[in-house]
Order: sequence, then structure tokens, then C-alpha cells
Amino acid sequence: MKLTGSKILLESLIQEGVETIFGYPGGTVINIYDDLMGSSIKHILTRHEQAAVHAADGYARATGKVGVAIATSGPGATNTITGIATAYMDSIPMVVITGQVPTGMIGNDAFQEADTVGLTRPVTKHNYLVRDVKDLARIIKQAFYIARTGRPGPVVIDLPKDVQIDKAKFEYPDKVELRGYKPTYSGNVRMVEKAVKMMLTAKKPVLYVGGGATLTDAHAELLKLAETLQIPVTTTLMGMASFPTRHPLSLGMLGMHGTYYANMAVTSSDLLIALGSRFDDRVTGKISTFAPHAKIIHVDIDPTSIKKNVRVDLPIVGDLLDVLKKMNKKLAEHKDEVAQANLALKPWHEEVAAWRKDHPMAYKLSKNEIKPQFVIEKLRELSNDDAIVTTEVGQHQMWAAQFFDFIQPRTFLSSGGLGTMGYGLPAALGAQVAFPERQVIDISGDGSFQMNSQELATLVQYRLPVKIAILNNNFLGMVRQWQQLFFDKRYSQTCMELPIDFIKLAEAYGATGLRTSKPEEVEEVIKKAFDTPGPVIMEFKVSREENVMPMVPAGAGLNEMVLAS
Amino acid sequence: MRHTISVLVENEFGVLTRIAGLFSGRGFNIESLSVAPTIDPTISRMTIVTSGDDRILEQITKQLNKLIDTIKIIDFTGEEFVEREMALIKVTAEESTRAEILRICDIFRGKVVDVTPKCYTVEVTGSPVKVSAIIDLLRPMGIKELVRSGPVVLGRGPKGWKGN
Ligand SMILES: Cc1ncc(C[n+]2csc(CCOP(=O)(O)OP(=O)(O)O)c2C)c(N)n1
Ligand SMILES: [Mg+2]
Repeated sequence: MKLTGSKILLESLIQEGVETIFGYPGGTVINIYDDLMGSSIKHILTRHEQAAVHAADGYARATGKVGVAIATSGPGATNTITGIATAYMDSIPMVVITGQVPTGMIGNDAFQEADTVGLTRPVTKHNYLVRDVKDLARIIKQAFYIARTGRPGPVVIDLPKDVQIDKAKFEYPDKVELRGYKPTYSGNVRMVEKAVKMMLTAKKPVLYVGGGATLTDAHAELLKLAETLQIPVTTTLMGMASFPTRHPLSLGMLGMHGTYYANMAVTSSDLLIALGSRFDDRVTGKISTFAPHAKIIHVDIDPTSIKKNVRVDLPIVGDLLDVLKKMNKKLAEHKDEVAQANLALKPWHEEVAAWRKDHPMAYKLSKNEIKPQFVIEKLRELSNDDAIVTTEVGQHQMWAAQFFDFIQPRTFLSSGGLGTMGYGLPAALGAQVAFPERQVIDISGDGSFQMNSQELATLVQYRLPVKIAILNNNFLGMVRQWQQLFFDKRYSQTCMELPIDFIKLAEAYGATGLRTSKPEEVEEVIKKAFDTPGPVIMEFKVSREENVMPMVPAGAGLNEMVLAS
Repeated sequence: MRHTISVLVENEFGVLTRIAGLFSGRGFNIESLSVAPTIDPTISRMTIVTSGDDRILEQITKQLNKLIDTIKIIDFTGEEFVEREMALIKVTAEESTRAEILRICDIFRGKVVDVTPKCYTVEVTGSPVKVSAIIDLLRPMGIKELVRSGPVVLGRGPKGWKGN
């Protein structure tokens, strides 16, 4: 039977197991939207295409499935770019479908034409312009395969309007043939054995865990490895929640706003085991003083990540889960050596404990002002273990990473690589769609919130009870902090002079708004928000010039942390 | 250091942009690039001459490999290979210089492929060094226009890559 391109698209999505897509209609996708009316696929209408992509991203991060977003050509497509770039930097599996002007008009500056394939090429894992409806099913199959395998990432399918109307025989391929794309999954056994040997003999080992652990759902194997060998674990922002933050072996986050003890441990280590992490500059600080005494083992599925920024002594290309399983299996055969290795690490643990004791993660409580860190701690205390936290970008994001205690994997969704303000609210929306019964909390800043606040409408429309905690310092706080520290307190354009009435804003959309500026009311507000059905904004007027500490100044080494303001 | 790599890619719409975009986006150098289909019409072969230290070259090959449309990379660094480039050189040919031009052509086994009363177009093939040498010799006569193809290379020996 012959189907239109538009029907083929929807049928293919169903074949891929897609249940929900996020999008926004327009002229060049109107046929698809027409067919959506009778389809089993649920469509969430966001209020901006950027938000649709972030929502698909949040959905993907929370579930591990491929997120799907759809937008019209021209402005619809250009609006998706920040969302796509955000997903690309954090390796999030996603398929974005954009409408395009009819093939015969491409290149003519037609109404709402944009070169979407050209625009998205540098921020996608791959992209397609479909020129013949006969190719469509194969391309969709490939797109999902590419998005979810290897190092995951977003794939764009640009679909001209005439291709949506043209008909072809529909047969969803069951195999993908891509001679140029064969990711290495299986870690080389000999390399793994070498790594295990190095780990068994190291005196000061550290596990440095990145987003790869989250993406491969490697938390259980990671825990096993760390506990077996008693190796301290530090995670990046992207690795956050793949290792329980309150675990005795957890050092918390490393890098620019990491813990003192994580950064000192990395600097002093003699073996750094990088697991699905990519030595980002926010993590390493000055490269020349990064882990200067350490041999480095680097496990990553993407060969380009290895030796890109730092020297590596033992590279292992492969799927992190596969490699960790092999490591744990090998270790199970060496019980005696493991016991010995554990004993030999005692002095290392003492050294780490001393750093931890000297400079724990802390802040000064206040009776008069709400400390933002206090709000984060209270949010943790009063929420469920499986609550999903999203963040925007800024100080509040760092405080969330530093002071929220993450217990389960895939409970911390944050734009790490691109650092996109406006990510958190739509990402929370996507996560809540995936898990209607779980608590979803967007930890937000007053600046970031206003970048996608229109999504309150979507939350209300679909009854998505996301709880939004705005840490309102009436500043673009993170930039202000830099201006304070490095630009002589010249607060150029970081104070948003106009105070927003967030309660009224919430109410305008039919959501609930709560506010406090008193520390003693924080608990009450949070409880009330959790007890209130539907989306709620909690506005906490926090101490305005609080800084995120400790901090590695830009260009400095991890051992040169500034400890307090 | 100068490196020559061959990249076998899907002969598809937009592939050249992907490769060129990768180089410009990551700040890699392209000295020359030549591309045409192989014996298998679904595959194109690019010859790219680039420069950089070992670390950069490793990144270049890895990044190229990462592209979905890239089928194979052949890095000729440290390998034995045959390298050829072609140039077409339009040179002013006066009464007084014609003989000299022809003599230079002869030495370089070049050919005159177009003649007008005031001008010869010379075709020459050889290693890039050789091509540069003839250009230098012809320069004093007055080069009006010049095009170089950029080198193409094949590894020496019986081993071949036909695609599979
Ligand atoms: C889209 C975007 N624009 C600009 C920036 C630069 N930036 C980083 S943090 C920040 C301030 C964020 O302010 P707010 O959301 O109020 O958070 P706070 O730091 O005050 O907690 C800015 C402007 C960014 N990360 N993203
Ligand atoms: Mg702020």
C-alpha cells in the first residue's frame, strides 16, 4: 500500500516506539499535523520551538529514549537551533523533524525558507534533507539509529512539503546499513586487563566520571567498581547522579565550582580513571597543572574525546557499561589482590578525609536573609528520592549541583556543555511528560526563568505539575559574581532593574505562585508547593550578592581554588 | 608538518560541506583538497593536504572518521606513496620567449595545450614540488592565469582499496 510522506513519517515514529513528540505547527508541516489528529502519537504543543527541543531533550535525559521534536521551516527551524546545540554538546539522543519548502523552491529564497541542513550541520551528529519520499523510511530508521548509538546526539531530518505529500510504498526497514558508521562498543579486553592492573597497584587513584555514565546507565557497575576497589569518585556536572552524592566514596563534583577535596584529590592522584568524561576546560582548569602526577586511563565511546585535551596513558574505546562490566568481572577473579589494594589505599583515604575536613562544602546560614544554598538543601529534604531536578544556568545551577543530594541516576538534568539559560523549564516539562507521577523540580534563576517562561502555559494546558523554585537574586548572578571578582564590582548590565511579580505571572497562566524572603518560611513554601496540584512557582528572594564558592578562577589550576569570598 | 590524507566518502549531497565545515569549525588547515568519484560511483575520494603536529593530525583523522558519511581514511604520513598534481599555466609567449617556454615545457614533460598569437597554455603533471618549479621558471615570461589541481595520491605497492 502506498502512503504519503507525512503518514510514512508518523508510521515510522510508531515503529520506533515513539509515544510523545514535542512541537509547534506551521505551513510546511501542516500535512503532518493533519495526520497527527488521527494518530496514536501524543503531541505536546509548546509555546516556542526552542522549548519543544529542550522538552524532547529533558524527556530523553530522564528516560534514556530518543526525544523527538518537530517544527516548521524557516523561523521554526532556526528557533530549534539552541535546543539542538544544547543536546549536541551533552550527547543527548534526539531526532528533530523540520518542515522545508517544496523541493522545487529550495534555494529560491522562498517564503520561510532557511538552509536548515546547513544551519544545523555543526550542531548535529548527522542531518538529512529528504529529497524523495522513497528514501524517507530508510532515513528515519537511520536517524534514530545514529541518534541513539555510539556517542548519542541529535539528528535533524529536513522534510520538504512536497515530500510529505508524495506517496511511496511503506516498508519500515529492519536493518540499518551504514558502511561509514560502526561505533566500537566492546572495550578491548587486553586494555581492560591492563587498566585493572593499574587500578590494583595505584596508591592514589580517583574515578573521574562524566556524562557517559548517565548515558549508558552504568551507575550500578560504577558503584560496584568503586566499592570493590574503594576508589574515591568525583563526577562532572553531566555525571552527577550516576553516583550517589552522599556515598562515603563520593567527592562530589570537580572543576571550576567543584569541591576542594575533589580537586585536591585529582591534583594529587597517581592514577586518574576517566569514565565517559571528556576533560572539558571547566573541569580541568589550567591543563599544565591538571593531575600532574597521574597516569591517565580514559574510557570513552568517542575516539575523538581521547587525547583531545590531555595526554592519556591507557585509552579504552568502548561503551562504558561494557568496559565497567569487564573490569568488575576481572576484579572478581582477583579477590586477594583486591583485598591488598584496599589495604594499601588507607593512607590515601586519610589524605582525602583531611581535605574534606579542612574545607567541606559549606556556607554561612543567615537569620535575616534566605541563603540560596539553604533553599537547595530544603528542597532535597522535602522531596522524594526519585525527584527529577532540572536547572537553568547560573549560580543556582552550581548550587544545585553542590548542595542537592542525588540518589538515583537520571535525576539531574542540566545544560552542561552549552550552558543554555532557559533550558530548565522546558526540560522539566519533558521529564514530567515522561514521568507524570514523579516530582519534577526546576531550580531556576530570575534571569534564566524569563528566557522560556512562556512554557508555564504548556505546563498548565497539559496539567504538568512541575515545581519551579526561582532563586531570585535580582541579578544575572553568575556574571555579577565574575564582575565582582574580576572587574572591580562594575556591575555592567547584570542587574535587571525591573522586579517581576512572579506570583502574578504564575497566576496569569493559571498556575500557582508562592513567595517568601524569610528563611523561616522556606520550608513552609516548599511543602505548600509540593502539596498544591499543578505547576507552582516558588519565588525565594535570596541574599543578592552570595557567591558560588569554592572557585577555580579561569586560567588557574585545580589546586589554586579560591575558598571563600 | 605537511600531511596528505585520502578520505573515502559517500558520494552524497552535502558531503563536501561536511568535510570542509569540519576543518573550518575546528580550526584545522586545508592546504588543498581534490575530490571526484571512485570506480564505485557511490563513493567519492578526497585527497586533503593539511598541516599540523601529530596531535592535530590525530584529531583530524578521528574527527573525519566520526562523520557518518566517511567510509575510510588513509593517512599517508610515513607511508610510501605516489603523489601527482596537475597545473594549467597560461603564459605570455612573445617572439623572444617562445623557444624558452617550449624548452622548459620539454624538460618538465609538459605540453602546450592551447596556443594564441600572444599566449601559450601549458599543461604539466608531477609532484607538487615539480609543478612549483616549472611555475617559478615560467614566471619571468609573465603568467596570466594559473590553476593547480591540488595533489592526488595513491599508496605504492600492490595493495589497493576498492571499497567493500
Ligand atoms: C542563553 C544564555 N545567555 C547568556 C548566558 C550567560 N550567562 C551565564 S549565567 C548568566 C546569569 C544567569 O542569571 P540567573 O538565571 O538569574 O541565575 P543566577 O546566576 O542569578 O543564579 C548569564 C547571563 C548563558 N549562559 N546563556
Ligand atoms: Mg539571578
